[in-house]
Amino acid sequence: MSTEITTDVEMITVVIDGFDVTVPKGTLVIRAAEKLGIQIPRFCDHPLLSPAGACRQCLVDIEVNGRAFPKPQASCTIPVENGMIVKTQLTSEVADKAQKGIMELLLINHPLDCPVCDKGGECPLQNQAMSNGREASRYEGVKRTYEKPVAISSQVLLDRERCVLCARCTRFSEEIAGDPFITLNERGALQQVGIYEKDPFLSYFSGNTVQICPVGALTGASYRFRSRPFDLGSTPSACEHCASGCAMRTDVRRGKTLRRLAGEDADVNEEWNCDKGRWAFKYISSKERVTSPMVRGEDGELHEASWPEALARAAAGLKGKRAGVLVGGRSTIEDAYAYQKFARVALGTNDVDFRARLHSDEEAAFLGTIAGKITATYRDLDKADHVVLVDFEPEDESPIVFLRLYKQVRKRGLKITTVSPVSSRGSEKLGATMVSSVANVAGLTEKSVILVGERAAEVIGQFTAVTKLAASTGAKLSWIPRRAGEVGALAAGAIGNLLPGGRPVSDAAARVDIQSAWGVDSLPSKPGKATWEILEAATDGRLNAIVVGGVDPLDISSEALGQLLDTQTFVLSLEIAHSAITAIADVVLPVAATAEKNGTFLNWEGRPRAFEKALTDSLTRSDTRILSALADEMGTPINLPSAKAVAKEIQVIGPWDGARVAAPDVALAQSSTPDADHAILHSWRQLLDLGTLQTGEENLAGTSRPAHVVISSARAARLGVSNSELVTVSTARGAITVPAQIGSIEESAIWLPRNSDGSQCIATLGAASGIVVKVAKA
Amino acid sequence: MSKISPVLSAHWDEADSFTFDGYKRHGGYNAAIKALAMEPDAVIAQIKDSGLRGRGGAGFPTGMKWSFIPQGDGKEHYLVVNADESEPGTCKDMPLLMANPHVLIEGMIIASYAIRANYAFIYIRGEVVHVVRRVQQAIADAYKAGMLGKNIGGKGYDLELVLHIGAGAYICGEETALLDSLEGFRGQPRLRPPFPAIAGLYARPTVVNNVESIASVPAIIDRGNEWFQSMGTEKSKGFTLYSLSGHVTNPGQIEAPLGITLRELLELAGGVRAGHTLKFWTPGGSSTPLFTAEHLDVPLDYEGVAAAGSMLGTKALQIFDETTCVVRAVLRWTEFYKHESCGKCTPCREGTWWLVQMIRDLEAGKGTPADLDKLIDITNNIAGRSFCALADGAASPIISSIKYFRAEYEAHLTNGGCPFDPAKSTLFVTVGQA
Repeated sequence: MSTEITTDVEMITVVIDGFDVTVPKGTLVIRAAEKLGIQIPRFCDHPLLSPAGACRQCLVDIEVNGRAFPKPQASCTIPVENGMIVKTQLTSEVADKAQKGIMELLLINHPLDCPVCDKGGECPLQNQAMSNGREASRYEGVKRTYEKPVAISSQVLLDRERCVLCARCTRFSEEIAGDPFITLNERGALQQVGIYEKDPFLSYFSGNTVQICPVGALTGASYRFRSRPFDLGSTPSACEHCASGCAMRTDVRRGKTLRRLAGEDADVNEEWNCDKGRWAFKYISSKERVTSPMVRGEDGELHEASWPEALARAAAGLKGKRAGVLVGGRSTIEDAYAYQKFARVALGTNDVDFRARLHSDEEAAFLGTIAGKITATYRDLDKADHVVLVDFEPEDESPIVFLRLYKQVRKRGLKITTVSPVSSRGSEKLGATMVSSVANVAGLTEKSVILVGERAAEVIGQFTAVTKLAASTGAKLSWIPRRAGEVGALAAGAIGNLLPGGRPVSDAAARVDIQSAWGVDSLPSKPGKATWEILEAATDGRLNAIVVGGVDPLDISSEALGQLLDTQTFVLSLEIAHSAITAIADVVLPVAATAEKNGTFLNWEGRPRAFEKALTDSLTRSDTRILSALADEMGTPINLPSAKAVAKEIQVIGPWDGARVAAPDVALAQSSTPDADHAILHSWRQLLDLGTLQTGEENLAGTSRPAHVVISSARAARLGVSNSELVTVSTARGAITVPAQIGSIEESAIWLPRNSDGSQCIATLGAASGIVVKVAKA
Repeated sequence: MSKISPVLSAHWDEADSFTFDGYKRHGGYNAAIKALAMEPDAVIAQIKDSGLRGRGGAGFPTGMKWSFIPQGDGKEHYLVVNADESEPGTCKDMPLLMANPHVLIEGMIIASYAIRANYAFIYIRGEVVHVVRRVQQAIADAYKAGMLGKNIGGKGYDLELVLHIGAGAYICGEETALLDSLEGFRGQPRLRPPFPAIAGLYARPTVVNNVESIASVPAIIDRGNEWFQSMGTEKSKGFTLYSLSGHVTNPGQIEAPLGITLRELLELAGGVRAGHTLKFWTPGGSSTPLFTAEHLDVPLDYEGVAAAGSMLGTKALQIFDETTCVVRAVLRWTEFYKHESCGKCTPCREGTWWLVQMIRDLEAGKGTPADLDKLIDITNNIAGRSFCALADGAASPIISSIKYFRAEYEAHLTNGGCPFDPAKSTLFVTVGQA
């Protein structure tokens, strides 16, 4: 998947500082100079933002076909032309003097607080003042000062006196994120970045403004004054929060993650990431971390234990039992592979499932048809003529997919259709056409892309419908689950009906493949149970042991946890932090968080996102290593001492070109129409909510969207409520009372956030979607 | 030949010159009816051939600007008239709109017809409430008379005219900042290209013209190019409004052919105030480099003023006699530019802020002659480096005043302060003085 070379673009040759350089038509002079290794100083210029020409730092002398511009030009705004000769500060005294002059002007009001500024040491102003500035300032007056800092959101702080007014942050917010909540206010020397007092900077992408700020004007509340850049050790990493697959950089000092930045990957996240990826990492150092193996004693309490003791207890608890394995959606492909091999080799069962959320058998069949395949990519989105979102809200569920779509919507009016009963803020920004059913999607071609989300499992027949739609139109079809580990876990075979590489467990040839790779005589051939069945079987006695790796049963059922407590079922929990599961587990084994291990996620494209251990001092073990030790203890080794060993084994197994499981064939459910007092519940998880990986980061939580219920204007009129008035949504199990938001939603439907503060659908209402709920004025 | 050529101002002395009837009485709106019978391209061609150049300062040929509008592109086109007259010393558009608003409306009908626009806008300074009211009334009267709206003059052409009242920012006189402001954004200049002729108001092809440029059009259509070209100089054709202010006996507007000199204009205006002599003057508002008495015979047309090292600009002739401290005058102007800098680009935003501090110190006699060189150097780091021309304007009076009056700056330093009595330059009697 290398970057495509397009050859139909006209190439233009210009001379910069005496060197010829040939670049595509439309390239800006500053970029052409970069190609020659000539660095023209700049602040407002950013390759992914529209040119501003505001800071004037990049002035160069330009002549075209012998005609010289009368004054130096901003090289960030001028595209190359045939016959152009450019002289930068390296060869033109005028350009050099102009740049030094601008730099002096930029610094007259800039505080000399570099020693206490977060940016000091990695500051473009500091660096370029050294390379392209005067030795000393001639300014003798008093510098402009402001009250500081201004919190433009709970996580982004603004020190106005440091700001050089380059407008990178405001352009990013408007052009890239579509959240124009910050803007430049006032004029002249008092110009400053500001927010409208009633609309704080509530953007899921606000952290990028901190990263692209060329000075220390915007800082992250959680990192401010915590560290010096030169004290940090940086590790390229991959984001563990969703299936977008952002390249990241993790910065660590003395064994502690202090910040994470968006990495650069033109094919995936360009240079951006979302605020969750940037700021939700405190869970690693949470007080709730499981720090040593624990076994439940005779007193019913968990006690710290040595590894040999805990492994022995776990092995004893599992050996000879009818056991199921719940993998969780955040595993690396290596860990997921270890879980399924452990299930099949050590426990002799296909009862393994990575789907720690609502799921269906229809979905398992659908996943069997796509496991391990690359169906569509970000580049396909760039080129698509029409993108259809099915039960998928990119801004909440895969934010970089949202940014990519928004880019094309802005650039060329990419057509977006969303199959959803409710129009979200994200789909409004995308200008998406709302349709109620896949059956109503029209106008697809081979250049179209259908993106189906994990919530399609909650609509009977949805996966069948999208499969048929893709087949009949030739459109590409991609599945985008919410969690980072699911695509990899699917490819690794951590699901009951599939072996690694999408091999059907029911296919004898497929089993032989895997048997020979694993050196075992036989593998179970009966397709395994799904997550909900495993939980049910663990409570009704069909199973008498379960292995749980990072799963919250409340994501699936409001009942399972309580029922599990009442049984004699042996529970082994592999966890990073204490949870509802560790509270009932017989043995708890601490596992490494993402930053503490090596591994690979597959993003929604199926693109490997490998990462290295960032917290190099950590002694925490990966799930793979622990499962391998446990299998040894049980006398049924899986021989996977490390992630590298898994990667090697996956490579040896290779891809599968045999028959796939049969595609699902389930009729699309007809929706019922509830009476006037009731509605069909719809929900999804907002990007920032009560997710366990967001614990401990209050500044991030401060920018989450407050819980509200979306109702139609007709229902609002019927209930006699206006915007922001409280509405109660209830079932026999419980009630949620939140402010109303009158929005574009089907008459029969209401929408709630699935797992936000004040609105936890499964825990409170007993279900997350599709059920009939009572709606009343509170 | 008389030295003056009243066309726009011909009837300003009549009590009802600003009314529809008063305008009509002298053949008003005949040119519009005549133009609406012509092919639009023929109107553009005539204005192009007439040699009319922009009266807002830059002197760009008006007809050529109109011809840049792509035709047959299926897009809405717009005419926007820049009535945001705010250049210090400039007072030609406001008196014109006060006394004769209909000539602008008639010009706008012709120009809009020529560029195939059905919507036209006047962006007017909000502070001049009396002028705003007159223009509002004139627009209402023109609608009532069937000269705006649907089927103008029965010729099948529609034009809606919108008056937009600005909120008082000098930068909104810059055409792209004006367009941003008109669209409801903060007025800050836009990056060009695209130029307004391709993507102007609401990203549609737009012509932005000064009030006086458009107001000159009806007379050209009515009386022909030969008549128009009989006035002015070789490359600067026609008549124009010169505004004289400051230490002059009879300040006000004088309409004369381009190329007249200040000596001639001062004769018409009764000379420098009695008992005083000319010290320095601006040819086109404070943004144009200063002239002195040695420039009295410079022809005031685009080429003549440029050849003498300044710009014709808005033809705002501010006259200063020998009682005026040039340092103080420059400080006042610089304070204006600092206040009006929009803040978008570094050199203007930070530069004007710094310049005020430096000149304030010089005026107070603080510093050494080396500080004058520093001022020149920093001014040169601002001029020609900024996003739009505002900072160039701010630099003009500084550089030119030091060029002609360096000794006066230095006198402030040796004197430990300003050697002038500021009261003497005022035009009113100060307490304690006879």
